[in-house]
Amino acid sequence: MDEHGHCKDYLKNFCDYIDGELPPELCDQLKAHLAECTNCTIVLETLKSTIDLYQNSAEGERLPEEVHSRLLARLQLDDNGISKGG
Amino acid sequence: MIDDKDFSPAFVDRLTAGDRTAYAELVEKTSARIYGLALRMLSNEQDAEDVLQETYLKAYKALPDFEKRSSLTTWLYRIAANEALMVIRKKKPLQQSIELDDDNDEDQAPPEIVDWRFLPEKELASAETRRMLQEAVDHLSPALRIVFLLRDVQGLSVRETADILGVNENVVKTRLVRARLKLRDDLSGYFHERMVSEVHHG
Repeated sequence: MDEHGHCKDYLKNFCDYIDGELPPELCDQLKAHLAECTNCTIVLETLKSTIDLYQNSAEGERLPEEVHSRLLARLQLDDNGISKGG
Repeated sequence: MIDDKDFSPAFVDRLTAGDRTAYAELVEKTSARIYGLALRMLSNEQDAEDVLQETYLKAYKALPDFEKRSSLTTWLYRIAANEALMVIRKKKPLQQSIELDDDNDEDQAPPEIVDWRFLPEKELASAETRRMLQEAVDHLSPALRIVFLLRDVQGLSVRETADILGVNENVVKTRLVRARLKLRDDLSGYFHERMVSEVHHG
């Protein structure tokens, strides 16, 4: 970073860029900067990967069986025969 | 993710009227996500289970007063987030002020430049990496952690996250940027060590 001077200024826009919320003009400026700055490209892409790793880690999560049973018992819902899931 | 599209107006009517079957359905549809949020927030299975149970007990009591025009999703998450934050406050009373006052715009250190873009999938999905993901979340302040978990892990919008936490959208955005960059830095440090040990040990 900073080999091209203004990396820190671009850094604050990375999240909006990833979320598709960066205004077009700033988006073009950032893209032009990324084309010539390897370090910012690495930071941006590893930032994206970081978010992806966390999102993937939560996919298809289920409630552990025993936690589910104790929850239904506590809520007095354990006799109504609704199938378990999560 | 929990989504209001899953709850029809007729279903919400039944819920607020005290229909136990509708309540059971709400629990079945949402409890895995609520538990996931609590577990990542507190990093402790027992505490997460307590939060889970308290969330639905409180929800049941409050359901008759639920404003039908508002979002059931954000309402339920708000109860759960408050419960989780309360557990943190009880455990670390001194952290209370830190948690509410975590928007100091201190100069952030420049980001770590570690190129882990091309690490193999099995490295990224390993049990050790999963443990590291949680450790990195634990290192965030509660204020940053809850924003990151709601927005990026639970998949809620900035607006919904702001609504749940009772802060404005700019606060959510600022905290989100800080949380994401910090997590990326922590992960970069971890993957750097993994890459160095791979080179040394083959």
